[in-house]
Amino acid sequence: MTNPEPVFATDRAALVARLRTILPAHCLLVGEEDLRPYECDGLTAYRELPLAVCLPEAEGQVIDVLRTCHQLGVPVVARGAGTGLSGGAMPHAQGVVLSLARFNRILRVDREARLAVVQPGVRNLAVSEAAAPFGLYYAPDPSSQIACTLGGNVAENSGGVHCLKYGLTVHNVLRIRVVSIEGEVFEIGSEGPDAPGYDLLALLIGSEGMLGVVTEVTVKLVPKPELAQVVMASFDDVGKAGDAVAAIIAAGIIPAGLEMMDKPATAAVEPYVKAGYDLNAAAILLCESDGTPEEVAEEIARVTEVLTAAGAGDIRVSQSETERLRFWAGRKAAFPAVGRITPDYYCMDGTIPRRRVAEMLSAIAGMEKKYGLRCANVFHAGDGNLHPLIMYDAAQAGEWERAEAFGAEILELSVALGGSITGEHGVGIEKINQMCVQYTTPELETFHRIKAAFDESGLLNPGKAVPSLHRCAEYGRMHVHHGETKFPELERF
Amino acid sequence: MTRSSTLDDLVAAIRAAHDSRTPLRIRGAGSKDFYGGMLAGEVLDVAGYRGIVAYEPTELYITAKCGTPLAEIEATLADKGQMLAFEPPHFSGVTAGDAGATVGGCVAAGLSGPRRQQAGAVRDFMLGVKLIDGTGQVLNFGGQVMKNVAGYDLSRLLAGSLGTLGVLAEVTLKVLPRPVAEQTLVFDMNEGEAISWLNQWGGQPLPLSASFWHENQLWLRLSGARAAVEAARGKLGGTVVPQGDLLRGVGDAEKLWISVREQTHPAFSGPILWRLALPSTARSPGLDGLRAIEWGGGLRWYAGELDAVRGAAARAGGHAVLYHAPESLRCREGAFASLAPALLALHRRLKNSFDPGRILNPGRLYAEF
Repeated sequence: MTNPEPVFATDRAALVARLRTILPAHCLLVGEEDLRPYECDGLTAYRELPLAVCLPEAEGQVIDVLRTCHQLGVPVVARGAGTGLSGGAMPHAQGVVLSLARFNRILRVDREARLAVVQPGVRNLAVSEAAAPFGLYYAPDPSSQIACTLGGNVAENSGGVHCLKYGLTVHNVLRIRVVSIEGEVFEIGSEGPDAPGYDLLALLIGSEGMLGVVTEVTVKLVPKPELAQVVMASFDDVGKAGDAVAAIIAAGIIPAGLEMMDKPATAAVEPYVKAGYDLNAAAILLCESDGTPEEVAEEIARVTEVLTAAGAGDIRVSQSETERLRFWAGRKAAFPAVGRITPDYYCMDGTIPRRRVAEMLSAIAGMEKKYGLRCANVFHAGDGNLHPLIMYDAAQAGEWERAEAFGAEILELSVALGGSITGEHGVGIEKINQMCVQYTTPELETFHRIKAAFDESGLLNPGKAVPSLHRCAEYGRMHVHHGETKFPELERF
Repeated sequence: MTRSSTLDDLVAAIRAAHDSRTPLRIRGAGSKDFYGGMLAGEVLDVAGYRGIVAYEPTELYITAKCGTPLAEIEATLADKGQMLAFEPPHFSGVTAGDAGATVGGCVAAGLSGPRRQQAGAVRDFMLGVKLIDGTGQVLNFGGQVMKNVAGYDLSRLLAGSLGTLGVLAEVTLKVLPRPVAEQTLVFDMNEGEAISWLNQWGGQPLPLSASFWHENQLWLRLSGARAAVEAARGKLGGTVVPQGDLLRGVGDAEKLWISVREQTHPAFSGPILWRLALPSTARSPGLDGLRAIEWGGGLRWYAGELDAVRGAAARAGGHAVLYHAPESLRCREGAFASLAPALLALHRRLKNSFDPGRILNPGRLYAEF
């Protein structure tokens, strides 16, 4: 099982000729200047030009494109808004990009049943906006929610600031329509609480475009809480802040959001958004409570008590919706704020048990010295999801390579601490090598068999999400993990 | 019958069965032997592989070996003020000294209880699994952290797979704090009124954690912060059912919800019981024999040998499970609604990915594999 990576050699002229027969001219891009905007997603360090971009407007066209690619053996990379951060939508040099951008209609908002049926190119925030008149909203709120699409959210199982209490995409999607590489349509899930057979909805959500192409998504809408308030607490030590997070959970409180930022992050953010953060603090925590006014008052009192006992310095509670949004504005602007103080940054996405946060932060401080690069840390602290932002300058020779190695070390430490290499951004192309660290050969083989059950010819998003064993053997050769070779049973070459 | 109390024993038993193509029937406490397709194969008793492996209250997870009784897990969680929020049934007391459902069987069957309405189903709480596949390989998927999107989400796929993809040797479940306060209200209303009100209330920010309708009475359970429960009670009206009192034993309200969870309530009696999972807003599907409504209207129970039930459920946008029935009827009708041919073919390929010898619980989900 050490097959090398599959090699595709597409006859571009033949492919384009076939695509012209199934798509009108305005739904097909083939000129280099038109393809250029599709060469990468939100992870701009990895780029590739596709042979063509298809922009179908109807499910029938999606089916035709997939059937054609299947017949010709051409790779297909599905794409939403291209805001992903792991290179999952990076094109294949021998393939087509299948953009679902024109599937942008909200088909139904059902107030009574509290659900919305939308096309995959609908933006995440647009769903909540459409539901707002009914006092409902769509809970998962990735930071890119003004731009990212539901189709992409399904592919990545996106999270967000509020998923600690309200769940990930997988907890909030009821049903999807999926087209297989062979052009077959499947309805997965239902508007009821469950569906017969295996839970394919769980399998497809987060499958990174490897198993099928989503053409319709039915999401759950939930009642908007009457009130939300946020507590902001300063700590003179990151370890104390980490312990405070555990203490809140231990007190039986599941806040609507629980976020942490370290000093380099608040220093980058404050001049940019003037959120009112304590710049002397080693770390700040933002803890949101939502519900009825009575419920919020009760919870805020308990949170304040726990934070005080955990050694928080300054504690402030938002006194108005404006102030609440200002406290959050800093956290939400953390990435662009860091982008202002460094030419480039590289965002990581590991998850670790909450109790290991301080340990991870001190290890990252060591890595800053080792790689000669700075790092600002923002966390979805409540669920142990880290977003270290490694600052570098792509124009300086060797800096990107150092940033990449820095990131890889954080991810591998995440696994060693009992966590995962990705909490919400997906593996894509970015973390493909670290998959070899997180999973054993038999586990990766199981993933490959599942892939083959959906896409035997391996045409959907090849080279992403699950590494070939060949790739892991190569990576293992370069990289000895924990003093032992990761795949001792594999032949070396 | 093979009894296994170590991981090595389990692996050895499955390898041997794989090599000799001997079908195995995986069994924990046997509390759900009634559920699903026909039981076939040599019993692989996994009840002896038990014990809590890890429990970190501040990390909100518990990891346990498959044979661990749910009762043991829930008692451990209760000590720290936590719970399995999907409120799974235990179905204990079938035989004397029976500890009731095991956590492995709970996940494999994928059955959730009254709190499913508010908190989610078993699959929503799956964080990770140690699986022994049909060739005897030990595989770990997911983990102990809340967010993990590395690789396909196989631990959730396994919830409800009825042991057809592997032995769930160890499972890691997300746990939640127990609500500070609970209160139960009862209303007089017919089926149509109950469906309509449940959906109206469902669209409001109310702490509804369970609902149960039976014979023109609707019970609602409110769970959450004390202030929120009080405020909702004022808003909803209805009659308050006395809550349990620790000094006087289990009270009326608590007794009711346990009887719903355990299906010892008279609503669930009788030889033939259908479980219909429907959109919560679905109007009465025009069948006789409605016994109960749960989950805000999403779950409806019907009694009797009804020919039209599968079609009616499908027309209403859902599906029907033949939940309790004599073998002859289950054999004829199948426990679960049949799958479209393309979907069935996909199920077969998935089954083959985990269990190429088709030795694990053959026929338990569908007769075809």
